[in-house]
Amino acid sequence: MRFGNKTATRRELIFYALCLIVTSFALTALLITVGAIVASGALKLNLDFLLGFPSRKAEQAGILPALLGSAYIIFLVAVVSVPIGVLSALFFEEYLRNGPIKKMLDINLKTLAGVPSIVYGLIGLQIFVRTFDLGRSILAGALTISLLILPVVVIASREAIRQVPGSFREASYALGATKFDTIWRIVIPFSLPGIITGSILALSRAIGEAAPLICLGALTYVAFIPDGLFSPFTTLPIQAFNWISRPQPEFHQNAAGAILILIILLLIVNSLGILIRLKLQKRLNLG
Amino acid sequence: MEERSAIVTKGVSLWYNDFRALDSVSIFIPAFSIMAIIGPSGCGKSSFLRCLNRMNDLIDGAKVTGSIKIFGEEVLSTSCDVVELRRRVGMVFQKSNPFPKTVFENVAFGLKLKGIRDREFLLYKVEKSLRMAGLWDEIKDRLNHSALDLSGGQQQRLCIARALAVDPSVLLMDEPASALDPKSTAKIEELILELKKTVTIIIVTHNLQQAKRISDHCAFFLDGRCEEFGPTAKIFGQPDKQSTSDYVFGKFG
Repeated sequence: MRFGNKTATRRELIFYALCLIVTSFALTALLITVGAIVASGALKLNLDFLLGFPSRKAEQAGILPALLGSAYIIFLVAVVSVPIGVLSALFFEEYLRNGPIKKMLDINLKTLAGVPSIVYGLIGLQIFVRTFDLGRSILAGALTISLLILPVVVIASREAIRQVPGSFREASYALGATKFDTIWRIVIPFSLPGIITGSILALSRAIGEAAPLICLGALTYVAFIPDGLFSPFTTLPIQAFNWISRPQPEFHQNAAGAILILIILLLIVNSLGILIRLKLQKRLNLG
Repeated sequence: MEERSAIVTKGVSLWYNDFRALDSVSIFIPAFSIMAIIGPSGCGKSSFLRCLNRMNDLIDGAKVTGSIKIFGEEVLSTSCDVVELRRRVGMVFQKSNPFPKTVFENVAFGLKLKGIRDREFLLYKVEKSLRMAGLWDEIKDRLNHSALDLSGGQQQRLCIARALAVDPSVLLMDEPASALDPKSTAKIEELILELKKTVTIIIVTHNLQQAKRISDHCAFFLDGRCEEFGPTAKIFGQPDKQSTSDYVFGKFG
């Protein structure tokens, strides 16, 4: 930003200052949060804590079941929600004709993306835990979280699909491609980087969700490693929530440790997403 | 003339919802020649071109009536195999649109759609198509480079090669040189003249000099109607209609 030229007015300066102040405010808040978590949780970054099981004694307690629970959930959610989300997005963008039905579905989708996560917890409880009789299992939890992020995955994928230039589609059709050929050889490959970015962002949100899982009846005290789709489970945010509600300050330190690891997990997932995207983009440019 | 024509259209009308873009267009396009379609912006030139390979099917609310026969086969009937039609009637667009893939993958795209996997054959066809497009000598060492690394003129010739790779008998060109510099334009024109030995070419152009230079026949469109068509020399010399004469002699447009 340069103010050397004469056209810079006072109004411009004020607006610039306002933007700067607001941005620093947001950044400061983030720094304080991360700083506080690191300050009280950094001590917990050791193997005993990572590989330990919950305990009544704060200093012996670890997060292994929660860490694995979160990892399983994320994996299952990705496997369930990304394919369904991408296919729905393709249906929206490539097959559905413009008209009242599309409009209605579109409004529906955007509303669903804004529904509070606790509502999905209640739906999951009724449908997966009770009707399908999956119990308070990892599978029920993963399906519920998949429902929760599905609208976000669909919206992000639609956006990515819309970014594929119409001229590519035209070129493909003009060479005798069918709709399927065009979707398979042009639309999906060229929208994949965007789809992956959007899906990763949605998954990041899923990692941090506690409310719908608690609503399903995920356990808060799990002293074993989940051993399959139907095993009871807990996750990092639930574990942190559980510890934070204890009166003893030692447990609060554990909570900070769990949150720190959650953040690290988030960073890992995001970086993986970026890596995959960069790799795909590179491959696309070179064929 | 009609029986020796590659393409015969009768009373072709096109609607985009309630808007009538073409009004009863009836023309003959002789085989192995170049037909230029000229006319002011918005007169329906491109829309007409897109009827010939049924690209208008892709637009919601587009409806075509009348008859289009390409080498005797009715294009507008429901029994027409659109995929087969588009292989026989290739298209080159105004803005060059190579895929962000390698040069090789671009040219081989249409062949791979046909299910051809044989590497030797693909290489043979890619070389042949690039030669026809006058591009082989320039880029034969760069077949595995991204098509986006080529210059604008090369990209457009690559698109022509891509269209030629599936052996079309008709090539539709929608202002293929309008975004290019004079040198690249000259190359494209030279190429078009060369290509008419093997394919029938219909080219939409804004550039009257270009139409005069390269076309054998010319059709003048105005407000969605074909005002007049005939040999280029006649259209640019002594057209039958006042409107054609006004346009080609620069009174409007």
